[in-house]
Amino acid sequence: MADLPKISVWKFSSCDGCQLSLLHCEDELLALLGRVQIAYFMEATRAEVAGPYDVTLVEGSVTTPEEVERIKEVREQSKLLVTIGACATAGGIQSLKNFASVKEYTDIVYAHPEFIDSLETSTPISDHVTVDLELQGCPINKKQLVDTLLAVLAGRRPNVPSGSVCRECKMAGVSCLLVGKGEACMGPVTHSGCGALCPSFDRPCFGCYGPMDSPNTASLAARWNELGLSEDAIMRAFRTYNGYQPAFREESIRHA
Amino acid sequence: MHDATRTIKTAYLARVEGEGGMLVRVKGDEIEEVKLNIFEPPRFFEAFLRGRYFTEAPDITARICGICPIAYQSASTQAMEEIVGVEVGGQLRALRRMIYCGEWIESHSLHVYMLHAPDFLGYPSVIEIAKDHPEVVEQALRMKKIGNEVMQVIGGREVHPINVKVGGFYKTPTKAELETLVPELEWGLQASLDTVRWAATLDFPDFEQDYEFVAMVEDGLYPIDRGDRIISSKGLDIPISAFYDHVAEEHVEHANALQGRLKERGAYMVGPLARYALWHNLLCDKAKAVAEEIGLPKVVNNPFKSIIVRSIELVEVFNELLRLIGEYEQPAEPSLDCPPRAGTGHGVSEAPRGTIYHRYMTDNAGLITDAKIVPPTAQNQPQIEDDLKQFVGKFMDLDHEELTLRCEQAIRNYDPCISCATHFLTLEIERT
Repeated sequence: MADLPKISVWKFSSCDGCQLSLLHCEDELLALLGRVQIAYFMEATRAEVAGPYDVTLVEGSVTTPEEVERIKEVREQSKLLVTIGACATAGGIQSLKNFASVKEYTDIVYAHPEFIDSLETSTPISDHVTVDLELQGCPINKKQLVDTLLAVLAGRRPNVPSGSVCRECKMAGVSCLLVGKGEACMGPVTHSGCGALCPSFDRPCFGCYGPMDSPNTASLAARWNELGLSEDAIMRAFRTYNGYQPAFREESIRHA
Repeated sequence: MHDATRTIKTAYLARVEGEGGMLVRVKGDEIEEVKLNIFEPPRFFEAFLRGRYFTEAPDITARICGICPIAYQSASTQAMEEIVGVEVGGQLRALRRMIYCGEWIESHSLHVYMLHAPDFLGYPSVIEIAKDHPEVVEQALRMKKIGNEVMQVIGGREVHPINVKVGGFYKTPTKAELETLVPELEWGLQASLDTVRWAATLDFPDFEQDYEFVAMVEDGLYPIDRGDRIISSKGLDIPISAFYDHVAEEHVEHANALQGRLKERGAYMVGPLARYALWHNLLCDKAKAVAEEIGLPKVVNNPFKSIIVRSIELVEVFNELLRLIGEYEQPAEPSLDCPPRAGTGHGVSEAPRGTIYHRYMTDNAGLITDAKIVPPTAQNQPQIEDDLKQFVGKFMDLDHEELTLRCEQAIRNYDPCISCATHFLTLEIERT
């Protein structure tokens, strides 16, 4: 037991969905548990083993002064730090507050704003500490998570394909919603990983995996404009689950 | 010892969804203070929903909680459909109920076996149970997986499904696609009956409370996916549009979640015990029969026995899925047309952990101008604090470690979802 690699799972500001993805690996979970020691995973166990940890998974974004300090401590205790999901890699949906006033937001939701201690921004983990690997997606793809853990445990580089959702549509034989039906699909600029999930349900991609490497967002926005989307609708499309990630942020600002 | 202050404290409660802790301060025999601390950071959903297009609400609000996204998608679509004047009925409604049953299977089997059972069996987690009793954990995972498969077939994925939209779905499954689920659902129905029989053999503390049970009304069906009224065991009977006339949300300093109380009577309980107490008569015959077989009364006032009731609800939803798939015919169109309209809409559904309420206002362009979301754990918070107070009062002589564990268990009785509620836990019992 003592010789097994130690894994820790940490939550910052988030919905718990990405760490839950680990428990959703029903077929792989028991086999995985035989190969690692779960040293810290509050959603699953009250037992805690002290660091350092061989592999650390971090879910969530940094939105409070306490989280700014805690992520530094987690980094110090972790040999390999992997961020999982749109919150940890891009600030998440709660980064919508970065475009507004937190005071105004607090006044809308809470009767006693003075009880609330929240930073002006929701920021990705990489804004605060060095991150070794990132898995994008809102939520992450649990198969990518298992592949990544197995790769790391075997000491090889994880295979997380870059490229766009378009490529996954072609591979899956899903006909193009943008070209074929004139629908405002985000597939051309969105990072692959979902397996073209939405288009295979006749739904245009809404960008939950965040931007691919070097996305041509301006060209896509121009096409949407021709399709009749309002500037406000284009702004909202880029400013949702990964709205604070630089490529999407800048495009949204151009249409604000 | 009876003159000293005793503090029972858990800084970060494990095996709940989200971040919270608890503090109980006892002086002599007097309980001075009970606090359920919710330090889950605020994420301000109700604020940033303003200015978003009404069709975005189901996907955005799903992100409040990775455990019960369908609860959010159901309540928000219901509210928006009221605003645009569309009624989703027939097989589209049946599909909404089916995917919700999938979420109940996933969430209830996770809670019963992986989050709650370790308390009863004396393990820190399911990981240690797996070492001693791998067959139990294999069964739990197989049950949970069926729930996830239902969500994948109908919704595309189990966390934040992508196929639910205002007016219906993007694409409906064929009958053959749903029928592939039937063999595992039939196995799951038997496994859930075994789960009830196993849960009934656990040891329960002698602890009962006089609860006001609250749940929604769903025309002739066990309440799951969509309600038009809310009732209670003490006389509340209101249309959902009158929710805020009867429920007050309070903001307390120790919680980044608002606490819901009935204006007339204070703390109340939502969730499995409430649904079972109010709607036992609407359970399927198999669920009723197994409840009778284990001698479970029609009203359960011991919150620790929620693990049994959750298991009975598993029987209900496995059975319900088999019924609905048997009757299913793929609808001609996957959704109804929903042009934007100004108005106010309300939505209520039964999340696995209890009633959830949404209210939205939109303008002529379809943009959201106001959003109110009351998740189940926010409503259960005052009742959880009261349970802790009564429990510590009754079991004060237990040693510190045992009392702390039992208090944590008393909180897990509610399957609290803190991510939802802040939108919640650390146990501290201070004894002076």
